[in-house]
Amino acid sequence: MIAPTLHAYLTISALLFALGFLGVLIRRNTLVVFMCLELMLVASTLALVAFSRFNGTMDGNVFVFFILTVAAAEVAVGLAIIVALFRQRRTIQVDELNSLKN
Amino acid sequence: MAQLLFNCFAAFTVVCAAGVVLNKNVVNAAMCLLLSLVGVAGLFVALNAYLLAFLLLLVYAGAVVALFLFIIMLLDTKGDQQPGLKHLSLVARILAFALVAGGFVSFFMRSQLPEPALATTPALGAELKLYAYQLFTTYLLPVQVLGFLLLIAMIGVIVLSKKFAATEDAK
Repeated sequence: MIAPTLHAYLTISALLFALGFLGVLIRRNTLVVFMCLELMLVASTLALVAFSRFNGTMDGNVFVFFILTVAAAEVAVGLAIIVALFRQRRTIQVDELNSLKN
Repeated sequence: MAQLLFNCFAAFTVVCAAGVVLNKNVVNAAMCLLLSLVGVAGLFVALNAYLLAFLLLLVYAGAVVALFLFIIMLLDTKGDQQPGLKHLSLVARILAFALVAGGFVSFFMRSQLPEPALATTPALGAELKLYAYQLFTTYLLPVQVLGFLLLIAMIGVIVLSKKFAATEDAK
């Protein structure tokens, strides 16, 4: 009977973060890019909770509280921006949003 | 038993996260995100963070993914269209991929973390009390700031999603 180690949790967290990062890089749809950003945030919270559990402190867990709150606010504002963008340009593909170019 | 549960939830989480990245359909990607979050909540339970697991399901799976699905239906967007990759962005992607892979290799080759034993955690009721105590003493200022942040975000969203027909008429 062995319990999973801190290293295992950090590996999962790093994997999740890398997957989110790759998603941000390779996807063209702004909504999916945004979902991948959420994935990266959740990966960081997993690392925080794991550190907190193995060190016997509550601070990491309390910090995850704050991250959840900020993430909720961020999603609301981000989606509102995406909707406003869609109203203006009729597209949310990253490649076509290049009006700042040149 | 703990190891088995950890393996199941970890594999589930990572597979679903890969589903978010690889799925062409946006609705399927959102559903994969939901399942991935359920997996992370399971990992939180394995770490004895019951309250955080519950909050993650409530806030992320309940509110955030539902919001994503609403917006997907509202915008009626197609999945990724794949025109040919531009030269520069292709190079940038390969470079970033190499960077991530390099980070992983160095992580597995030479990470030297101390392996602390599992610390004891307080019982569930005492844990809740500890959360409340910390939030209202040590972290009182961040809690207040977060309250303002939520208020500002709410006002910002209302302003952003408002149609400014009235001001355009006035011009």
